[in-house]
Formats: sequence, C-alpha cells, structure tokens
Amino acid sequence: MTYFLRRLMQAAFLLIGVSILTFLFSALAPGNYFDEMRLNPQISPETVAALRAQYQLDRPLPLRYGRWVNSLLHGEMGFSFAYNSPVAPLLWVRARNTLLLTLTATVIAWALALPLGIWSATTLGRVSDRVLSGVTSALLVVPDLPLALALLILAVRSGWFPTGGMVSVAFENLSPIQKMRDIVLHMELPVIALVLSALPILVRHVRSAVADVLEAPFLRAAASHGIRRRTLLYRYALRAAANPLISLFGFSVGALLSGSLLVEVVMSWPGLGPLLLEAILARDFYVVIGGVLYSTIFLVAGNFLADVLVFWADPRIRTRAAAK
Amino acid sequence: MDRLLIVEKLEKRYECTRVRGTKKEVTALQDVSFSIGPGSTLALVGESGSGKSTLALCIACLDRPTSGRIVLDGNEITSLDEKQLREVRPQIQLVFQDPARSLNPRFSALEMVSEPLLVQGRLDRRERENRARVLLAQVGISQDKGLQKAEEFSGGQRQRLAIARALALKPKLLILDEALSALDCSVQAQIANLLIELQASLGLTYLFITHDFGMAGHLADDIAVMQHGKIVELGAAGKVLRAPEQEITRRLILAAPRLGAAAHAPKVV
Repeated sequence: MTYFLRRLMQAAFLLIGVSILTFLFSALAPGNYFDEMRLNPQISPETVAALRAQYQLDRPLPLRYGRWVNSLLHGEMGFSFAYNSPVAPLLWVRARNTLLLTLTATVIAWALALPLGIWSATTLGRVSDRVLSGVTSALLVVPDLPLALALLILAVRSGWFPTGGMVSVAFENLSPIQKMRDIVLHMELPVIALVLSALPILVRHVRSAVADVLEAPFLRAAASHGIRRRTLLYRYALRAAANPLISLFGFSVGALLSGSLLVEVVMSWPGLGPLLLEAILARDFYVVIGGVLYSTIFLVAGNFLADVLVFWADPRIRTRAAAK
Repeated sequence: MDRLLIVEKLEKRYECTRVRGTKKEVTALQDVSFSIGPGSTLALVGESGSGKSTLALCIACLDRPTSGRIVLDGNEITSLDEKQLREVRPQIQLVFQDPARSLNPRFSALEMVSEPLLVQGRLDRRERENRARVLLAQVGISQDKGLQKAEEFSGGQRQRLAIARALALKPKLLILDEALSALDCSVQAQIANLLIELQASLGLTYLFITHDFGMAGHLADDIAVMQHGKIVELGAAGKVLRAPEQEITRRLILAAPRLGAAAHAPKVV
C-alpha cells in the first residue's frame, strides 16, 4: 500500500510543479490576449486597461496563481478570454472528443501490435520478419503531418471517408443508430492516421521484448515439458516480456490527450488540438494552461497505471516493495 | 538393446546472413555419434562454441538436426511431428547453466515444480501439489519454502529447484547443460552429490555437459570431447583422464581447477 501511496504523492508533487511552471512560462511569454486590442484605434487604452483589470492580468503573478488554484478547486480552471466562459467545461467537451479518437486508436494499435510483434519475434530474420520490419521502418520515418495529409488526399479522391469534422451537416436529423454510424464514419480517417503513426513503435517494442525472452532457459524448459506453442508464446513469453511493454502502455495512455493534436488540426476533429492551437495563437492563457494540465494529468495517470500493472504482473516488484 | 540414447551421424548447419547481406553456412555439429547406457553418465566436454549446447537442444527435440538420427529407448525421435514430440518430451528433461534465468520469475517454488505436470495434464491439482512437495523434499528444499519465488532462493537452491522441476515428469534422460558452472565450489559439490544420489535412487541417465574436466571425472562413466562441432575423443572416463589422446583433451584437463594441478597434469606435446 505504501508503494502506491508513495507513487500518488510523487504524482501530486509533479502536478503542482507542472502547474507552477506552466503558469510561470505562460505569464513570462511576451504579449497577452488584450495586446491586439491596443492596435485598434476604436478601443481606447482605458478600455483595454479596464479589461486587463477585470481579468486581473495587472495583478502580481503569485496572486494570479493563487486565484487560478482557487478556481481550479471550484472546478473552473480559470476563465477563457476568447470564449468568455470557464475553462474546465470548455476543455472537457473537447477532451471527450479527443479521448473518443485516441482511445479507439490506442486499443486498435495495441491489438495489432501484440500479434504482429510476437509473430515477428518468432520468425526473426526470416522473410516475413524482414517485410514487417521494412514496413514499420517506412512508417516510422514518415512524420504525422504528411501521413495525415496523404490520408486526407486519399479520402478526397476516393470518397471512401468523410474528410473532416466529427459529424455530418444533417447530424441532428439522424436516428441514434445513424448518429453513431455517422460518428464512426468520421472517426475512421483520423483513427487510421493515429494507428499508423503509433503502430511501428509498438510492433518494434513487442518484437524486441519477446525476442529477448524467447531464448530464456525457463522458456526452453517449458518447451521441453511439451507445452503448446501458442500457450508458450502468449502466456509465458508475453508475460515475461511484459514489464517494458506495460511501461510503454503507460506512455500511450499518457499520450491519449496530447498525441493526436496534429492529426486533429489537419482533419478538423473538434478535439483539444484545434482549441489549443487557437488558444496559443490568441494567447488565451488559461485555456493553454488548462490543456497542459489535462495532458499532464493523463501522463501521470498513465504512469501510475503502468506502476499498478507492473506491481500486479511481476511478483519480483511486489517482493522488493514488501522488503522496503 | 542396452543403450538408452543412440546418436548417429548427427549434423546441424545454420545459415546466417552477414552484414553485407551475403549468406554464410555455419556447421554447428558434424558427424556426431555416441550412445549412453541406462543409468550411466556421459560427460560431454568442450570449449565454448564447440557445439555442446546445440547437441543438447537437438537431443531434447528443441532444435531439429539437419541430418542424422537420435534414438531414445529404441524409438527414433528425429523425425517426429510436434504432436508426437509432446509424448516424447517428458522422457528427456534439461537443467540449464544459469539458475537465475532458468526459473520462471512469476512462479512460486511449488508452481514451478508442478508446472510440467500441469502442461502434460497429469494428476489433479491436489495430487500435483503433493507430488511437488515430495520433489522439493527429494532435492533438499524445505516444505516451508514452497510459496517463495525464484528470486528469494540462493543460486544453489535455484539449481535444486530446476532439478526438481526436471524430475517432475519422471524422465529417463536428464541433460545437465553446464548445470554446475555458475555455482561456487562448495555448492557445486553439494549439487554434484545430489545428482549422484538421485541417479542411484531413481536410475537416471545423465548427459552432463561441461567444460570442467574435474567435475566430468567425478560424475561421468564415459567422457566425450567436442571440438568444432565434432566428437574428437570418446572413452571411459578413467582412460580419457589418464591417457588423453587429443591435444584439446590435454588442454582441457590442464585447465580444470584443482590443488597441485601442475604435478599431476599430463604433458602438453
């Protein structure tokens, strides 16, 4: 139990640290949301100063941080200048859309990576392994942006997928099942882009972790007992190779909010990506801080989940934790 | 038919790809022939890379030889398919060099030792556990350590666990692949004595793979010396130790650690 308490304490300190640093860097960055107003001759400097005072941008930094923490505790996470509303509900709607996309992509990517990586590890050096390695290398060197653009071009030319947004224009008139189908259709393209971008790294990690344990004497001993090959691979080898893969899984959970930003922007998915991009360009400072904090919470939660899973999966960690 | 294991003209070749992409054939075993009688021990001695472990894997049916025959208890096992091998595997068990890596770190001692019985679908849960307890006692692991994981045992105890696990399926042939090499001297002696006791009580046959001639002389009835994938010398242990015929045998005997080695060592010509 102390193992988890220690991990939770570390996570709490990390979140506090990230919030302070993000707040500090955002405040120190030149310019703010009201600077553009100064260029507008129709808005008097007094009005701009009054707006700055209204949103308390003229107060000292520690005081502003204190007020932001207070609003965080009240579930608001500050106030968006551009949307004129509390940040938390604004972010939550977008985060929900992002999660729908990234959770689906993560599940599909892992479901493909595990059998592909294991297959590749068991056929190490053979033609099938080389072909798969070639494909994953090719995908690895293609950055997300050209990959997403290429898929977009394919969608436009072929007409197989809707090419932007999350729903069709006539969404409101559809029945619940048609609505669900419409969302799934719109998800296909960004999900493919995200899966293709995550898959090569996952396949390579699974391949290397499984190939490493396949030579372990305890697996040879199990093989000599007459164990079935499928059981040997999926129950013994995969479990033995699990620790680095669980850590990687923690990272992919951590990247659920931040990993799809570029794809969302390119494919006009109404997730956190476009919102944060707009907020950064407009210097809508509390939205940016909220977005960073959301991503950090996911990263910390992903790592915590990985710790819990490793603790559950590996008796050696339990023994060491108990010994401490 | 008084031989338990007969190996005839065994060959194993690997194809490996060089950095430039060209292929090279490596011969790991070449024209290897020998036999072991039931209840006896053959020590297979050789330097690292001489093909000892490849031979062990071929005999244990964990790797397929390129050509040649392996006959166990009158049945040829070289060309069996995976389903038929499942019946044969329990008769040949292995104990590996590295006790730390040869045990599943996720299993308790009892689970480890009863695992082969579970894999083979023998006995029900309670019977498996009882048999595992008997096996642990047989190799000198106390009952109260049954729930400990591999990490909580010393090197010697882990090797005892590996031996207990290998005995679970009542094998006819036990392949000890450098099973004593990673242990310190006093533990080596304890495990060697345990092996001798088990052989006497259970009538086991050992293929003892080592590079240590001292231990080979202590445990084996016969000794085969391997070099570059071939058996270059084979004979009764006493004869090979007293009057080695090959240069490599003399070198390996000289390399064996013992007190006053220089005085008793055969001369290198």
